Amino acid sequence: MAEKKKKTKIVKRIHVDADKCNGCRACEVVCSAFHAAPKYSSNNPARSRIRVITHPLKDIYLPVYAGEYTPAECLGRNTYTLDGKEYDECAFCRASCPSRDDFKEPDSGLPLKCDMCESEPDLDEPMCVKWCLVDALTYEEVEVEVDEDEDEVRIEDVELGLESLVDKYGLDKVLDTIARLSKKD
Amino acid sequence: MRYAETGINLEIDLSTGNIERVVSDPKDTELYLGGLGTNAKILWDRVPPEVEPFSEDNLLIFSAGLLCGTPATGCNRTIVSTISPQTQLMAFSMMGGFWAPELKYAGYDKVVLRGKSPDLVYLWIKDDKVEIRDASHLAGKGATETAELLRQELGEPRAQVAAIGLAGESRVFFASIEQGRSSASRGGIGAVMGDKRVKAIVVRGTKDINVARPDEFLGLCDEVLEYIKWRAANPIKGVMPILAGLGSPQEMAIHDEKWHTENFMWGNSRVRRKGFWTEEIEKQWTETMEGARTRLISCYNCPMKCGATISMSGLPTYMMKCFSKLTYTMAAMSDLDFGLRIAQRATEYGVDGFSAPQVMAFALELYDNGILTDEDMPGLPEGNEERFYWLLDRIVRREGIGDVLADGTYWAAKKIGNGADAYAHNNIKKHEQLPLKLSMLNPIYFLMYSTGEKINITQIEGQFPQAPFPTREEREEFVKDWFQVPDDRFKQYFLDWELRGENSIPYYPTPQMCCDIVDWQERMHYIDDALGMCAGLSSFPLKPPYHIHNYPKFITAGAGIEMDEEALTQAARRYRTLVRAINIRRGMRRKDEKPPENHWKKRFPELEKELLDTYYKFKGWNEDGIPTKETLDELGLDYVAEEFVERGILKEDEGAESGETAAE
Repeated sequence: MAEKKKKTKIVKRIHVDADKCNGCRACEVVCSAFHAAPKYSSNNPARSRIRVITHPLKDIYLPVYAGEYTPAECLGRNTYTLDGKEYDECAFCRASCPSRDDFKEPDSGLPLKCDMCESEPDLDEPMCVKWCLVDALTYEEVEVEVDEDEDEVRIEDVELGLESLVDKYGLDKVLDTIARLSKKD
Repeated sequence: MRYAETGINLEIDLSTGNIERVVSDPKDTELYLGGLGTNAKILWDRVPPEVEPFSEDNLLIFSAGLLCGTPATGCNRTIVSTISPQTQLMAFSMMGGFWAPELKYAGYDKVVLRGKSPDLVYLWIKDDKVEIRDASHLAGKGATETAELLRQELGEPRAQVAAIGLAGESRVFFASIEQGRSSASRGGIGAVMGDKRVKAIVVRGTKDINVARPDEFLGLCDEVLEYIKWRAANPIKGVMPILAGLGSPQEMAIHDEKWHTENFMWGNSRVRRKGFWTEEIEKQWTETMEGARTRLISCYNCPMKCGATISMSGLPTYMMKCFSKLTYTMAAMSDLDFGLRIAQRATEYGVDGFSAPQVMAFALELYDNGILTDEDMPGLPEGNEERFYWLLDRIVRREGIGDVLADGTYWAAKKIGNGADAYAHNNIKKHEQLPLKLSMLNPIYFLMYSTGEKINITQIEGQFPQAPFPTREEREEFVKDWFQVPDDRFKQYFLDWELRGENSIPYYPTPQMCCDIVDWQERMHYIDDALGMCAGLSSFPLKPPYHIHNYPKFITAGAGIEMDEEALTQAARRYRTLVRAINIRRGMRRKDEKPPENHWKKRFPELEKELLDTYYKFKGWNEDGIPTKETLDELGLDYVAEEFVERGILKEDEGAESGETAAE
């Protein structure tokens, strides 16, 4: 087999060291201020794309970033015990979902998502990281190697998908559908 | 549009259950800023001196500072104001934590409580929804416990709770209002909350707070954060570790307690224990603290980690900061393990960590001297530590002798009689003070103790070093980057201040210099208390990130009020004078303005008189400490002058009434 060609790409990420979190929520303040329009004109932690889940008496301090929106809540929810502290599964979940108020605009209910403070000109680091003086949040740019042809469509994957459709609906239905779809173009 | 503030106060009449949203006058914000300043205005206008602390007509005001809820780092204080049952004067108390910003996000600057609820209730404020709810199931519950129960009951893990414990419910004169890691403790404001039958105020807010000039404001915040980082890397040389950095004194982080344990007094502020801090003690106390402390924690939007969660084996977890670490230990002549254990119970009961241990030590001293007997204290245990628990349990329930002690040492001594007065020896204006007894009169501290109306030395001192540095070189080094001074003359005062000789205490700094220094120190505290800024980043430490030069910019960019150093100084003077006016109207006079008799061994009556005379003059007060008509008019407080004349406190020609005064 021929050796695959490699290329590198930069992945931006925020490292969360929950052990260092002091629960001050400066990240929530500055996140909501940065994303206000005009920028910094207002702040409101309820609009923040990062949330610090705190339970001081249980020593739980967990900064979580808003991720993808999901239309449905999970069916079952687990709990985890880490270092003797019990966490609800939702504590680690980044989704804006129907089961909680987090990561939604308080007035419209529209989902929020962390964008790493993308802006023109680029910031050196996201604002939450800049304002976290206790270093619970640190910013990293890591180079990762990916296959050059990673983005190309692999025929095996298409086959796999089609097979499952054929299994479910039968070959005729799938062929009919493909014929109809191709006519539309 | 209102910036930084919401412009809305919640007015709640507990007697009738009426709740109103009242728009505040933006003109008042310009004149009195907010927080303490506007609280004082409300108390002046609405609480005449005839109103008793435990009266339906007394107000209990919870206020966020003007800049709380903006991104200004460390601006998170709730300023609670009322008339104190202990001093009978205006009570000042503030708490950090998370409550004030949450109130702002809910859309309010203040919650003004009046009247009395027929039954124990709690208030639930969630944005536009405000409810008075039954709290009978919370009667007798601990303050921390109550907060947890309410968050669960309401299904609101992000709600912030200010609650009283049993002490507040029993109207103990030194009951606190607790809020997790923070508490508003001084002046017995928890007792007023209990008298109004309010167990807790729960707040959750999801609205925006606006600032007037966004980029400028963020730029100012960034400068503050940069300076905080710089100060962390460059602690101040030549002072003890707890004073070298920013924040509240770092009692939770630092183990070396040589200075406190050997310089502060033990027991009923009586015994100094030179040589106490041995290697063995240090090892034992360090182990205790490290075993107890789970994490160093912060208040809202602040990188300083002044608090800690404390878990003693077998006891529920609680939170603590600052000097409460040692007050119980030292009052009971015990060790840190005892101090941290009893503080857990005391925090749940909700009592002031300064007054409560002193009241108990006072009772036991009376017992040892036969003034209180077994008849007064039936069932008093044999063991010393058990006695403290025994007394604490009785005080917060007002049971037996506890009922007498619950009024604090001043009033308890009056009730007990039989020479008990002499044992209530550490009070100013009827309020227990830090357990400090020193040798040589310090003229700066003399003025601060005498004239401070926050009745706590930590709420007026700061900025200026507590003592001279030994060599000129060290002093020169110190003033090099001391840009926080309002004027370069303050550097000179410090440069010329020597440990010995002509330029040493008590005659140096001169009375005029002392006035200048005290006025600056006090001004910064008053500004903090109006803006809601933590003293730990501003008025208390040496070389803080907030100071008289950047505060006007914060107010202009944040609240949209044009401000410069002069206008800010004038505003602070205005509401500082208004606070004095409230207390003068309640009978406070020069005779009340003195440190405890035994605070210093070496006293100088003539110098002390000169100091007070000079300071009163400097402040624009007459020889009895009453602001003159001229001063009041200049500050736009002509309505105060008018009432002073009406009440005969001032004569038309500005002279003060002479002779006896109202409150004694």
